Amino acid sequence: MAKLVLEFLSEEIPARMQARAAEDLKRLFTEGLTQAGLDFAFAAAFATPRRLVLAMDGIPLRSADVREEKRGPRTDAPARAIEGFLKGAGLNSLDQCEKRDTGKGEFYFAVIEKKGRNATEVLREVIGKVLSGFPWPKSMRWGARPLVWVRPLQQILCVFNGVALKGGIVENRADSPDFYFDAAAQGGTGSRFVFVESPRANDVIVPARETTRGHRFMAPGEIRVEGYTDYVRKLKQAYVMVDAEERKAVIRTKAETACREAGVTLVKDDALLAEVAGLVEWPVPMMGTIDRAFMDVPAEVLITSMKTHQRYFACHTRGGELANRFVVVANTVAPDGGREIVAGNERVLRARLSDARFFWDQDRKAKLADRLPALKDIVFHAKLGTQAERVERIVALAQAIMKAESCGFFHMTDPAHLEAAARLAKADLTSGMVGEFPELQGVMGGYYAQLEGLPLEVSNAIADHYAPTGPESRCPHSPVSVAVALADKLDTLVGFWAIDEKPTGSKDPYALRRAALGSIRLVTENGLRLKLTDVFKAAAAGRTINSGELLAFFADRLKVQAREQGVRHDLVNAVFALGDEDDLVRLLARVKALQAFVGSDDGKNLLVAYNRAANIVKAEERKDKALAGQIKSVPDPALLEQAEEKAVAAALEGAAASAGPALAREDFTAAMSALAALRAPLDAFFDKVTVNVAERPDLRLNRLRLLRRISATIDSVADFSKIES
Amino acid sequence: MALAAEAGKPTCFQELILTLQRYWARQGCAILQPYDMEMGAGTFHTATTLRALGPEPWYAAYVQPSRRPKDGRYGENPNRLQHYYQFQVILKPSPTDILDRYFGSLRAIGIDPDLHDLRLVEDDWESPTLGAWGLGWEVWCDGMEVTQFTYFQQVGGIECEVTSGEITYGLERLAMYLFDKRSVYDLPYNQPGSEVPLTYGEVFLRNEREQSAYNFERADTEMLFRHFADAEKECGALLGSSNAKLALPAYEQCIKASHAFNLLDARGVISVTERQAYIGRVRALAKACCEAWLAKG
Repeated sequence: MAKLVLEFLSEEIPARMQARAAEDLKRLFTEGLTQAGLDFAFAAAFATPRRLVLAMDGIPLRSADVREEKRGPRTDAPARAIEGFLKGAGLNSLDQCEKRDTGKGEFYFAVIEKKGRNATEVLREVIGKVLSGFPWPKSMRWGARPLVWVRPLQQILCVFNGVALKGGIVENRADSPDFYFDAAAQGGTGSRFVFVESPRANDVIVPARETTRGHRFMAPGEIRVEGYTDYVRKLKQAYVMVDAEERKAVIRTKAETACREAGVTLVKDDALLAEVAGLVEWPVPMMGTIDRAFMDVPAEVLITSMKTHQRYFACHTRGGELANRFVVVANTVAPDGGREIVAGNERVLRARLSDARFFWDQDRKAKLADRLPALKDIVFHAKLGTQAERVERIVALAQAIMKAESCGFFHMTDPAHLEAAARLAKADLTSGMVGEFPELQGVMGGYYAQLEGLPLEVSNAIADHYAPTGPESRCPHSPVSVAVALADKLDTLVGFWAIDEKPTGSKDPYALRRAALGSIRLVTENGLRLKLTDVFKAAAAGRTINSGELLAFFADRLKVQAREQGVRHDLVNAVFALGDEDDLVRLLARVKALQAFVGSDDGKNLLVAYNRAANIVKAEERKDKALAGQIKSVPDPALLEQAEEKAVAAALEGAAASAGPALAREDFTAAMSALAALRAPLDAFFDKVTVNVAERPDLRLNRLRLLRRISATIDSVADFSKIES
Repeated sequence: MALAAEAGKPTCFQELILTLQRYWARQGCAILQPYDMEMGAGTFHTATTLRALGPEPWYAAYVQPSRRPKDGRYGENPNRLQHYYQFQVILKPSPTDILDRYFGSLRAIGIDPDLHDLRLVEDDWESPTLGAWGLGWEVWCDGMEVTQFTYFQQVGGIECEVTSGEITYGLERLAMYLFDKRSVYDLPYNQPGSEVPLTYGEVFLRNEREQSAYNFERADTEMLFRHFADAEKECGALLGSSNAKLALPAYEQCIKASHAFNLLDARGVISVTERQAYIGRVRALAKACCEAWLAKG
């Protein structure tokens, strides 16, 4: 058993791609080994800005010999069948086959013995295969080479059992004079690029070396390694931390220490941490200072500028306000302790913030209302008109939502505030600040509205109208904010539905899934009682949309969201399947009652009985096509002979009588309890009553009708056929 | 004085240019002169756009005055100019040590990688007007973007047969960093101790004011629309089927059309929807020129 360390050293890999690439390397490589019959005990992959690294252990030095048997045609089969068999098995003549009597006649058997191969040979082959088809999200060519990689691949280091594999990667094409070998014929993968031991010098696309290199600037010399532990240790001496988790931990710890010393706290940001860890091989967090002159610019502006443009971490004061400090993570240990680096970063930030400060000062000179005419020049979408037209639609829709809500959520809302917020929500799109920092849309409008002295309700609604933007983001609760935020999203959804630009597969360029999820959160978290189909109609404002399809799109999003909250998606299906339910609050209440019910003993047993009844009916319908039409009618009481079937009929009537009104008053728990009363009579029925009485077709039909009625009654509360047991 | 400057780091804007030229000349580049037409970036120079196509090796470096009419700020913004300089290096095929050579150029201009934090941050490049794209990075020095680094994959809608490495230094920004100036206009243009010391502002401030006024207020849009149409027509004629195709003169018409479009855009007379259409028209010209260039080669 031997250890392996494999390193692909390249030019800088985009931070966002590193973690995924390490996973892909591990998956592809281990799959390749397994397919070639080579076992292993352990595999782990890592990425740095310049390397993909795979560490493995427990790889045998040779793969095992494999004996494979293939049964062929009968010995008396036509010649053509025998020829085909030989060809398929890769044999030349029947001499290489055995004849065996299987008891069902005499057959040819081909016995193919595959000799085990040296692990190094397999490793070479798998490396070639991995390089030939690595799933980078974006890849490129360089120099005059045919290989593609995320950025130029400089060299490969593959140390197996303490020895570095020599040679290099070449292109291996059967139609080229550079053809090296027929890998496929030798049982290999036949990939386009192969790793050969003695390539002709001019053919080498990427060399395999016996050494690697350390940090680009601090340790560019050659490093010889024996195994993975040795690799990690020596690279650390050469200023490279191979494991991203270690880099993250170092950044976090050292940044926190620096913050403590400066009397501030680090603002936690996992996404930024992951990105920064992908930009450095040797993280060195340093503390910088923001010029006080910029501290009266809104915190969001400072944070956006620092984070998105500069990848700095923000800091808070003890009081929780934005501190005039930031943490920058450098990739080097400078001999001056980083003084120049910090000074340089502070200078860059100053230039960025002077731009921001300029916009902040300029933007406040105009009122939001004065900006509205300029929205006529901003096209939202070629087929959906300008932002000015959109604003008109949002105003009308927000008002319609306010009127349509039936539970009094908006009863204290001032219609003038609602209209002002809806009308001014998009005005900041014409401000200099949003032009420079598009991610601050809404937030800036909120600030400008507040400074103009608009009511707080209005400025908050402007600031919040894009929310919630994700499952973690805050959901607005104040009525004006909710109405405008919902109108904004529904106008988008209905608009794109009307022009038939719907998300497909992974493509959702207008973020419609997010808009639907946001709408769902606004409605359900605020308990808005709305008939969505009516609201869609109001949003469509005369345009035609397929309302049912849009509702189904909401249903899908609701399932995703429900699953995250521990609600079973099959139960959402069971309630949606009832049709015509477009009130999300009511729908969720019903789903929750259903979840509680199917979790109880009564519920579980009733589900079993339901399925039993449904299965019998289904089975009989399959046998007898005419039956479906006949069993829809109510069972004839006169034909109910046994006590158990009479009891079921009575229980069904009782259940229907109490479930109906309970549903009407939206007491879903009561409706479920009504069903629970069915359980005992049903159990007794299935114990004692035979449905398929062959000699009494009238009885059989009547009992099937009774069974069908069981399903129908239960389905009036929720479609139990959608519930997974 | 001149000798001291030769040996040490550049101390003014022009020495930055001279140092880069000397450095890349030593790397085997042909040092070309700016293309004598208005263009938005050094990439438009035939030495990049056309030479990036085909299999022939090509190493060149040059300064290119770049015009971005929309970026004019009447000389009032310390960081934005409608006319600025790019230093452009193109190495085809991109050598395996291209990054080392690039970092060597930073040492030459006085940025010591031991003392500064140099990083390559993902930044893919695309030019919709040239139908070109490539992958690469922004190079950061202590958090500031000092260079755009791109491996060309496609130009004029045509896959590059051999990949060029393109290195573009934004000279003013780099100089502001090197000479620690907050405003571009305060940069020393020639040596501060020379007989007639000149700042960047003394050389260019009036140009920024007047050209901004031209770009945003005065440019005759009817004339520009006409120029665009004329250039487009001429380009088509030069690539027409009746005579031999003249790829280079045709490409100059494409450059003219592109600049006319940029001026019209700055004048705000091109709507958002039209914008795409105009970009598409310039791209069609660029594509046709690139095809003609390859056919000749």
